[in-house]
This record gives sequence, structure tokens and C-alpha cells, in this order.
Amino acid sequence: MAEQKDLQYTAEHEWVLVEGDTATVGITAYAADKLGDVVYVDLPKVGSDLAEGSVVGEIESTKSVGELFAPINGSVLEANEAVVADPSIVNSDPFGDGWLIKVQFTELPTLLSFDEYSALVAE
Amino acid sequence: MTEGEFHPQPSRSQENSLTDNSAHERNSPLHDIHVAGGASFTDFAGWQMPVSYGSDLAEHHAVRTTAGIFDISHMAEITVTGPDAAAFLDFALAGKLSAVKPSQAKYSLLLNDEGGIIDDLVVYSRAESNYLVVANAGNRFAVVPALLERATAFDVEVSDLSDEISLIAVQGPASRAILEATDTLTVEGTPLAELKYYWSTDADFAGTSVFIGRTGYTGEDGFELYVDVAHAAALWQALVAAGADHGLVPAGLASRDTLRLEAGMPLYGHELGVDTFPVQAGLGRVVALTKEGDFVGRAAIEAGPAQNARVLVGLTTEGRRAGRADYGVFIAAPDGVEPATEPVGIITSGALSPTLGFPIAMAYVDANVVEAGTPLTIDVRGTRIPASIVSLPFYKREAK
Repeated sequence: MAEQKDLQYTAEHEWVLVEGDTATVGITAYAADKLGDVVYVDLPKVGSDLAEGSVVGEIESTKSVGELFAPINGSVLEANEAVVADPSIVNSDPFGDGWLIKVQFTELPTLLSFDEYSALVAE
Repeated sequence: MTEGEFHPQPSRSQENSLTDNSAHERNSPLHDIHVAGGASFTDFAGWQMPVSYGSDLAEHHAVRTTAGIFDISHMAEITVTGPDAAAFLDFALAGKLSAVKPSQAKYSLLLNDEGGIIDDLVVYSRAESNYLVVANAGNRFAVVPALLERATAFDVEVSDLSDEISLIAVQGPASRAILEATDTLTVEGTPLAELKYYWSTDADFAGTSVFIGRTGYTGEDGFELYVDVAHAAALWQALVAAGADHGLVPAGLASRDTLRLEAGMPLYGHELGVDTFPVQAGLGRVVALTKEGDFVGRAAIEAGPAQNARVLVGLTTEGRRAGRADYGVFIAAPDGVEPATEPVGIITSGALSPTLGFPIAMAYVDANVVEAGTPLTIDVRGTRIPASIVSLPFYKREAK
């Protein structure tokens, strides 16, 4: 599990861990808390191409539906089947075992730093 | 108990609006306790109320198996007193409140002249000519003026005490044991063991009077405790302390919503509104057409809703993706046939039922479609999912 300060973020409350040409994507604890208990996760298929900013999945809680936005252009290397089987991991460990997808990318867009994201959710 | 409009269903892309606190928001007298308890909050009818204390699912299951304690201080309390109180309520509301005995409670409706629902209410008869009317927080400023206007021809006093009274609900099978284990709460009227559902009693708590109804909005046994604002925090803490050995947990509005949905209880703004006739919502029995004299909405109710008006039904679907409020209901198309584009209904509330494990929803559907038993689908964000009509409630507690 990476330190939160070493992750990058989006305004859609997702985090991105960049390792080489692979980006691991999840939702932040703030987003998980706002959603409430997650009961259903729908993730893109391995091998599918993602366009930055498009809706590629869903995270449903008992009370609301959150959309998973692609934070980056790329193709899906892996989807977290453990989270599909047990969506509560998104709540219990959003920055660790609750990761959602790994994406292979060629170019990294401008993302938010930890400080910038912290300021965003503090508003 | 009824609830005002509750629909925190934002997509995460809209989440910033959740933190846009308006200056008009009010805090419950228990707010500091909720903050200390780690609650997250939602704006509800202008109030900042706890939505959960960590896990809405755990809170839901606690109410079904042990007990939960809810702060519903935002609800509106209105007293009706005076010699004509019973006759006034018979005229102002849909039910025959004059037939309600002292200490009994009754679910009722406030209708407009067109037969539409201004609010759903619980009316407690406190004594002869003395009633407590409990309205949804979001409808307080519609209900109070309507009652005052309807009271002009009666010798009756209508008082809005919402700012002076807090309401705490203890719900779940362990509720009675918890109240009985609360040393500082002394029941002075009917003992809790003898108190029937939808009856009330009086108690003393640290020198102040507490009014207790065996009522609720969860589908479980439970109690609602009306107490003056100054004593609300102490009463909450005493109940929580007494409940520690009984599995009592603080519970927020998110679990309250899934609990009432499983119990098939309508939520104003979702299943009920000024454009809804009671009979459409399955509440025809709440309107006492046999009572003598006129009441507001009577002529419209007797004329009835339009031909083929939509009726409220329960829907279940397979899988885990739930239909949500405002999703369309469609006639199912056979394989290879283009799906219908015109909806025959609309979902008003829906969730993956925590107790049952499958998605449930309430929806208004064209009466002829319901009568014919036509196969239906719901549109879950672009995917048509087969849905079955089932009788309400989805969940009913086992009779003791």
C-alpha cells in the first residue's frame, strides 16, 4: 500500500499510483465515505481501451451510485476481481486492497498532487 | 413514523455540492454527540442530520437483529387542543381521528382539495381533546399553515412545538429491554410490556416528562421518545449506555431509508406527493370515507383518480444492480424485439435490500399493466433488467 502523499489524484475523487507505464486506480477514502457501504462494483474488461474522462465503471452503495471515470488514456491490464467479489473492501481499504483497475498508459495527464487534492476535499 | 424527502444519490462527480453547506442549515440538539460519534452528515430538509456513523449496512442489520437509536429531531411536532379538537381533525385530515382512543396513535394524511397528499402524519391522542400531530420536517411549513387555516371554524388551538421537542427513536427487537434497562427513565403510564403497537405511554426522565409511542419507521418493534430539547442529549446518552449490553448502535438516515423501504413504508417526496391520490399509493384504507361530515379532499377522493392512473407496486430484480428513484419501468420485449421506448412506470425508491440480499424497489406503474401481469423491465442506466411485481412489504418481522 502506497502512502497517500505519494499518490496522484483527480477531481472525481480517484487516486492514481504510477509505476513505470502502469497506473493503478482506485477511489479515495473521502469518496468511499461519501458513498457509504459499497455493495456492487462494475469494472471494465481486461484489454479494453479507456479514454480519459469517460465513464468506465460503477461503484454502487446502498444509497447511491458512483461512476468510475478513466483518469488516463490506456488499456486495462487488470481489474480487481477481489473487489468485485467483496465490494466492502472499497470501504475497508480504499487506498490498498480496494484498488479497482491497473491501466497501461503511454502519456500521463496532469493530475492533482496530495496537497492539491487535500485542499479540494477541505473546501 | 414518516420521513421527509431523502435522496442522497449523487454521482461522485457531483460530490462537491455535498460540501456546499448553506447558511440555513440547522443542527439537532444532539449534533455534538453525533460529531463525537464519528457521524457523517447529510442535509435533510434544511437540517444537518447523521447519515451514518460508519457503516449503514451494519446499522441496518443491527435494527433487524438487536436495536438502533436514531435522532429524528428534525420531525415536526404540532399540538391540537381544545373542545373541538377531535371534530377539527376529522375535518382537516383524511382519517377518523375522533375514533382514536386516548393514548392511541393513528397514521393519517393531510390532503388538499384535489385529493393530493400534502403530508403523511402520525397523530397521537394524548387525552380527550388533546392530540400530537407529527409531520415530516420538509413539510412543516406546509402542514402548519394548512392546519391553522382549517381551524378557523373550530374551537381549537394549533401550536407548532417543533423547535421545543426532540425525537429519539429506538428500533429493533431489543428496544423494549433497552428502555426498561434505562434506570433514569421511569414509565408512569402503561408499562412497556403491555403497550401495544401504535399506542403510547408517559415517562419521567430526570424530572422532565417524556412521551413514548410504540411506533416507528423501520418495520421492527420499537419506540419513539418525545422529549424537550434541553433533555435530549442526556436521554440519548442514557439510552445508549443502557443499550450497550443489548447490541444498540447509533443509526443514521441511510439505514433508516433502507429499513423503511424493506418494510414497504412510503417516503414523502418519493412515494407520496401533492399529485398522488391515497388510493394510488395503496393508502385508500387511511381515508375514512364512511365518517360523517365533510373533510378536506373528500369530493376529489370520491371522484377518484383518472382512469388507468398509476399505482404503487413493489418490484424485485435479480442480480445486485438496484433500480433507483426516477429510473423508468418498461414492458419487457421478447428476444429480438426492439425494447419499448415509452415507460409504463417510474421507480420512486430502490436499493439492494440488505436483509433480503436482492434488489427491491417501489414504483408507480400504469394500472392496466399491473392488472394484466405484463412482464416488466427496469432501465438501470441503459441496461434493461427483468423485474417482477411483488406484494408489499418486502420484509415483515415475525409475529411474536
